Amino acid sequence: MRRVVITGAGTINPLGASVAATQKAMRAGICAIGPLDIRDVDRLQVRIGAQVRDYDEADHFTKQQLALYDRFTQFALIAGAQAVTQARLVDFDPDRAGVVLGTSGGGLNTLDDNYRAVYEAGRDRVHPFIVPRLMANAAASHLSMTHGLRGPVTTVSTACASSNHAMGQALATIRAGQADVMLTGGAEAMLCFGGIKAWEGLRVMARDTCRPFSADRTGMVQGEGAAVFVFEDRDHALARGATIMAEVAGFAATSDAGDIVSPSQDGAARAMRGAMADAGLTPAQVGYINAHGTGTAANDRTECAAVQEVFGDHARNLLMSSTKSMHGHLIGAAGAVELLACLMALTEGVIAPTVNHRAADPDCDLDIVANTARRADVSAVLSNAFAFGGLNAVVALTRA
Amino acid sequence: MSERQMQYDQTVADRIIQILADQALLDRADVSMDDTLDSLGLDSMGVVETIFAIEETFDIAVPFNANAPQDSGFDVSSVRSIVAAVEDLIQRPG
Repeated sequence: MRRVVITGAGTINPLGASVAATQKAMRAGICAIGPLDIRDVDRLQVRIGAQVRDYDEADHFTKQQLALYDRFTQFALIAGAQAVTQARLVDFDPDRAGVVLGTSGGGLNTLDDNYRAVYEAGRDRVHPFIVPRLMANAAASHLSMTHGLRGPVTTVSTACASSNHAMGQALATIRAGQADVMLTGGAEAMLCFGGIKAWEGLRVMARDTCRPFSADRTGMVQGEGAAVFVFEDRDHALARGATIMAEVAGFAATSDAGDIVSPSQDGAARAMRGAMADAGLTPAQVGYINAHGTGTAANDRTECAAVQEVFGDHARNLLMSSTKSMHGHLIGAAGAVELLACLMALTEGVIAPTVNHRAADPDCDLDIVANTARRADVSAVLSNAFAFGGLNAVVALTRA
Repeated sequence: MSERQMQYDQTVADRIIQILADQALLDRADVSMDDTLDSLGLDSMGVVETIFAIEETFDIAVPFNANAPQDSGFDVSSVRSIVAAVEDLIQRPG
């Protein structure tokens, strides 16, 4: 079977506008959650979030481009350009290269702005490019167009597991020989009035900040941004002298086939077991898990129970953290940005912490790397994503 | 008397019991003030929908967080406590 490696990475997210800046913030345990600065925030009950700040779209794109680029597409293109540059992806067969990107909301800002225009302001005309701007595959298509990638290009939308499912599909595409190079990851920009108002209804949003695994947590906090990776056939990467950051060793997806929102221990456990089996890993080899770790009581307890079930005695030895405590929940881009913490663990031996942790929860009795980053020598990691709809997706990476 | 007038004349308790009965798929006669959300068989989603129905019915904002129901400042431990909390919110100025 063809082996798949990561040869490039890029990101823009609340912690930073590059991989280096993001990992520096993760090492320092920075929390990017703060007061939301969006239109009509006074009509929201949820007024905190992790926004990409100090960002002016006009610094990155022309007016003509912005007519077509929703905020989530902008994030994807910024992250994608960094990844392609790092991979030095110049000499490749464009027909053997593609994109599979995760997003949950797609062009939600565009939808929100234009619903306002027609419903609230009573306007009878919208810009001609609203459809291509808001469609969920806009970011994947613009990555394809920008970098001339002419092979398989698709978008995956599975709520909070979107980018893990996307990366799993990229892995499968290369393994199956349908492409040699795939840009993959996720992009999300849901921090607009309608995007937050919908989440408010579920009553699972935190009042103060995101405190995964802490007994005094009050829920999740939304974030935004993108991370894009270059996944590549290992032989292809070696032949062109690319630097390999890590191996994408395995992936598994499962469905709870149970409740539309409540998580399932069994579904999560089966996904973790499946990813290890696909990667040829034993539980004892896994040194770090980047948790789904949303900071809701239901997720955190279920996830910890699943880890206990799968890893047994080793559950106490491995490290697990939720970086959502720092960058918020990026929904369809969550797994992608969280893979940066996994890469940091493998390449630098630094485990990103779970910040904002104040009180041990007996139902989350694992080493969750509270508040301060830690040095650890790990050679295999898992990244968990458990989505509404009961869809679970786990990625396994190993040291190159 | 119109149906609207009849609804208006119902007490807060009557209307909350009706909301809970609708959510729990029970006859309203089977819901008592001593019932709890558990005894009515309401799961977490049912509770969130119940809170929403209460807010819409009484035009109030209920401070309820599904992660920490006990810390929400809105006592959902029984039908009686919910009625008391709603009456309190209705009477609160602003």
